[in-house]
Amino acid sequence: MKALRKFVDKIKPHFEKGGKFEAFHSTFEAFETFLFVPDKVTTSGSHIRDPLDMKRTMIVVVVSLIPALLFGMWNIGYQHFLALGEQVSLWQAFWFGFVKMLPIIVVSYGVGLGIEFLFAQLRGHEVNEGFLVTGFLIPLIVPVDIPLWMLALAVAFAVIIGKEVFGGTGMNIFNPALTARAFLFFAYPAWMSGDQVWVAGLKHGLQTVDGFSGATPLAEAAAGKIDQLPSVWHMVLGTIPGSIGETSVLAILLGAFILIYTGIGSWKIMLSAFSGGLLMGLILNLFAVNPYMEIPAWEQLFLGGFAFGMVFMATDPVTSSQTETGKWIYGFLVGIMAILIRVLNPAYPEGVMLAILLMNVFAPLIDHYVVEANIKRRLKRTKVSIQ
Amino acid sequence: MARDSEPLFSSKNLKLLTDPLNNENPITVQVLGICSALAITVKLKPAIVMTLSVMVVLAVSNVVISALRKSIPPRIRIIVQLVVIATMVILVDQFLKAFAYDVSKQLSVFVGLIITNCIIMGRLEAFAMANKPWPSFLDGIGNASGYGIILIIVAFFRELLGSGTLLGYPVLEKTGLYNIGYENNGLMILPPMALITIGIIIWVQRAKNRSLIEE
Repeated sequence: MKALRKFVDKIKPHFEKGGKFEAFHSTFEAFETFLFVPDKVTTSGSHIRDPLDMKRTMIVVVVSLIPALLFGMWNIGYQHFLALGEQVSLWQAFWFGFVKMLPIIVVSYGVGLGIEFLFAQLRGHEVNEGFLVTGFLIPLIVPVDIPLWMLALAVAFAVIIGKEVFGGTGMNIFNPALTARAFLFFAYPAWMSGDQVWVAGLKHGLQTVDGFSGATPLAEAAAGKIDQLPSVWHMVLGTIPGSIGETSVLAILLGAFILIYTGIGSWKIMLSAFSGGLLMGLILNLFAVNPYMEIPAWEQLFLGGFAFGMVFMATDPVTSSQTETGKWIYGFLVGIMAILIRVLNPAYPEGVMLAILLMNVFAPLIDHYVVEANIKRRLKRTKVSIQ
Repeated sequence: MARDSEPLFSSKNLKLLTDPLNNENPITVQVLGICSALAITVKLKPAIVMTLSVMVVLAVSNVVISALRKSIPPRIRIIVQLVVIATMVILVDQFLKAFAYDVSKQLSVFVGLIITNCIIMGRLEAFAMANKPWPSFLDGIGNASGYGIILIIVAFFRELLGSGTLLGYPVLEKTGLYNIGYENNGLMILPPMALITIGIIIWVQRAKNRSLIEE
């Protein structure tokens, strides 16, 4: 570690103003602060500088995503060999998934960080760390067989149109990872929905054993085949077809625990989102005009990407509400909209993505009214005390 | 009509033609006529036909209003302008129905909606009511080209990337891109992508032409 620090210090002058690699200052800066906690101190005024800067925050989110990633890798292999009707060991399944997953992660990070560095150089500001999490989230919310060039295009779209045009990290209106997914969903629906895309190899004509269906439980439910839903235990554990990281509620809960324990993800949003989803599920249960609406409300929460979206996407500190009261309202509405779109709109098999994107738009409005209400309440209080 | 003392294509008159292409572009700078730009740019052909239709309507209405400008009572000028525009639009619509029925069907209501295109009313009010017929004619052609050039750029990318064709000719199929796994981008066909494409054009234009950036 010391040797590394020494090395960084040695090459540092080259990247400062007047050094020979001055043009790459922001690139160097990014790597330096990635390796070490920045040593910047404030020079005037009394400010508290938290060593937990944006990079550390992002790393915690990445760590909390690791259980979902590891499980996702294993599940890729498990589903693939299940389709083939072969019995393999845990490690074989995991290795198969790892090999499938690696290019997706590499492309996601390569393209995204490439664009981030390019923009940082062009505009002469520091490289923003925001993509560390986005680049990790994107591979987890796509089907395993997604062609890599489509993924690269979607990542580029999300970073440029979803983030950089608004001014970079912290300025974006929409969650960039979900922007990438929405782009893929609308641009290449054949690779993002249906029965063929969720299990590795099916789209390329893999010969499966009889009776194997690659459909996600959500698709089965939408088709009204409620009796074919896997058991709740399977859904909690996550041994079902689906986007890579979204299947295991257990792994996601582990991540949620890390996020809440470190205080980085807002438990208010998670809690209110789940209760919103539950409430909408109960309302649908009341009407229950088709089999889909009869699914027990709590089971809805295990289906599809609901848990993943609510824990990792809805809590995005940039695009969610900032005020504490706003977080309750925001999360609650995300939950309601997710189940509403999922069940009542047959064109969109999963409503979580659209619900979160929709509420991203409304988050500033919610904040505005919360702040206004607060001002009004306080004004009223002062008036009373004067009299 | 009194003879102009200046030459027909003086630099002032040429500016009327070229300004709307860049600095005064009706779509990217004045942000007028957006609705039709979003609606009819899925394919290149309707976009070209729409451009020509707007050009005819705008140029002729500009000339007519400019010729009448001294005898139009100010209080009813909007009604007079609308009558002229509506007459021209009906003529264009009938012409398209007679000679280019397929395109006319693709454009559907949007030919009729040229009447409500803000660019046309805007030019009549802002320019034709105060200028001679010849400059008004040039202004009409210029603004319609400024509108059309954006329409055609957007339609070019949307048709190429969304359907893989240009003017109905399967360009991408001939290049063999599909054999190596390329697929058409379904998002390009949806209206939001027209908005994003126009946004990108505005971005590129302002990056090149710094004077357009508002504070």
